[in-house]
Amino acid sequence: MIERIQNLLHSDQMGKWVRPFFTQVLIVLLAFVLGGFVILGIGADPIAAYAALIKSAFGNVNSIAETLVKACPLLLAGLAITLAFRAEFWNIGAEGQLYMGGVLAAVVGIYFTGLPPAVHIPLALIAGVLGGAIAGFIPVILKAKLRVNEVITTLMLNYIIILFTSYLDQGPMSDPIIKAGISRRLLETSWIPIMIKGTRFHWGIPLALLITILIAFLLSKTMLGFQIRAVGENARAARVAGVSINKTIIWTMILSGALAGLAGGIEISGVQHRLIERFSPGYGFLAIAVALVGRLSPIGVIFSSVLFAALIAGADTMQRVAGVPIPVVYLIEGLVIIFASIRSIRIRSPFRRKVTA
Amino acid sequence: MIEQFTSVVFLTGFLASMIRMATPIVIVALGEMVTERSGIMNLGIEGIVWIGAFAGFATTILTGSYIWGFLVGGIVGILFGLIMSVVAVEFHGHQIVAGLGIWILCNGLSGLLNRSIFGISTERPTIVATLPTIPIPGLSNIPIIGETLFNQNIIVYLTILAVPLINFFFKEISWGLNIDAVGEQPRAADAAGLRVGVIRTLSACFGGFLAGIGGAYLPLALYSIYTNDISTGLGWMAIVVLVFGKWRPWGILGGALIFGAANALKWRLQNTDLPLPYQITLMLPYLVTLVMVIFFVRGGSGPSALAKPFVRSEN
Repeated sequence: MIERIQNLLHSDQMGKWVRPFFTQVLIVLLAFVLGGFVILGIGADPIAAYAALIKSAFGNVNSIAETLVKACPLLLAGLAITLAFRAEFWNIGAEGQLYMGGVLAAVVGIYFTGLPPAVHIPLALIAGVLGGAIAGFIPVILKAKLRVNEVITTLMLNYIIILFTSYLDQGPMSDPIIKAGISRRLLETSWIPIMIKGTRFHWGIPLALLITILIAFLLSKTMLGFQIRAVGENARAARVAGVSINKTIIWTMILSGALAGLAGGIEISGVQHRLIERFSPGYGFLAIAVALVGRLSPIGVIFSSVLFAALIAGADTMQRVAGVPIPVVYLIEGLVIIFASIRSIRIRSPFRRKVTA
Repeated sequence: MIEQFTSVVFLTGFLASMIRMATPIVIVALGEMVTERSGIMNLGIEGIVWIGAFAGFATTILTGSYIWGFLVGGIVGILFGLIMSVVAVEFHGHQIVAGLGIWILCNGLSGLLNRSIFGISTERPTIVATLPTIPIPGLSNIPIIGETLFNQNIIVYLTILAVPLINFFFKEISWGLNIDAVGEQPRAADAAGLRVGVIRTLSACFGGFLAGIGGAYLPLALYSIYTNDISTGLGWMAIVVLVFGKWRPWGILGGALIFGAANALKWRLQNTDLPLPYQITLMLPYLVTLVMVIFFVRGGSGPSALAKPFVRSEN
């Protein structure tokens, strides 16, 4: 028996899947433990807080559905980040791209009248994809043509697009009756149908899963996927091998923006049914942690998106029941990202220092 | 309407406010300059500005002292600079990712502490008065320039002094030269007997210190309150200014003045009767940032060993 476990521990499967999996679990656990100490520090009970979190995220069918409703935009935005980071393009703009997708989906949903659902729903989602792709194209074309730093451009576009959404919601698109940073309702013909009655679990969620599988296929089996990996892992070698770096990152970011935009479009036409100021609780930023915990692999992102969705789904209850303010979500997220940045932990030993001649 | 923008009163007010707004950007960017010239890229300074702002605000509310406010803001900043350097120096972590992590971590931490210390009541505590201005006798009476340059708070004066001082430090003092050596040629610096890790750690801590001070400046000298969106991208602007200024103190000062102008204009436009939605005026600093990176900050060479971990060769 012990021999068999030892054999398993040293098999190739172990190295490829099991060990990385446990590393990621360890990273997340460590972040929660440290977060627990901070919760203790503000005088609350971390065990009670985490218990409330788990219960409200997975307690019954409805709460599980709610968690998965929140996992959907995280999954798509997490895939967006995964693609970009794989190509070493530091897209911090998934939040803005998601908002842009939401805006265009809302425009189609509100102003395109007289369409049957079979046309209206796909049209709204395509508009979302388009909005995200445009928002993703701007920073990448600036990077490819003018070598402008993408961290800054994607971030600034976040601020600008979120303010633009707020302008639309208070100005041209505002609801004439409510007038509180909220648009008119989307026409019902553009709503993504509910899949499980009595919950908000909609057909966008299986769609997101299907797309995840497609992206996994794209990354591992297609030419573009190979190019993305080549550029990200060794740009110089990729160039020597004849891969056009500019072309690769441009296509990567169009896809990345499109995925984030789709996340926004599904959120608007599947869940909110209105364009609301600040409709995303930071999905695009959380997606960075989602992608990193998923080890930048589409299948890994499925698991990590559910994890972070549970965190935001349970955060309200945690605040109400255990008195732990919602920003604790970002605290834990930040810790996870910092741990994930340490790819190989190599503690320098004072005994191994060698003098260079 | 045009008279609103050309009167001496408007101009004086605008220029004085431009200097006041540029000051925290200069402070934060100078700190990041020291960090980056040693070879560490800390993208988390936006977060450190937040937590520094909160720490400074809370301390000043509790003690009533500006000095303690700035000091605690700076010390908290050192702590996060230290975290960055441990990840970069000890663990050879990915610096872009780690910086983003620190940004989001600080974001959560300041929101968490703000809520648990001051609660959610609408009666938020405010600092009785922002940092007082100290008019310099004689000079402050010169029209326009006097009000702009010689009737400011102590931090503005110190910041203006810090620019040539830090310039001198990097040009003439061996410590400054060592920081550049470690950031440009870590292997050679190591061979020459410099302790690369120690110098990088100290530089990152100094950068964190200044980011914390720059954060504390916001509630203490500008707004007198703390809100969870107080920083409005100041740390990111500092990074743009740093690249714009080509990692040199005088260049940083120049770039920061452009942002100071955009920020000052943002507040002033809201008080005029121009028919602009407030979202558009709020966008102004971000649009300026975009225009600046597109036209002036291309590529940007920077220190050769920036964001590259230093690993001693094993042979």
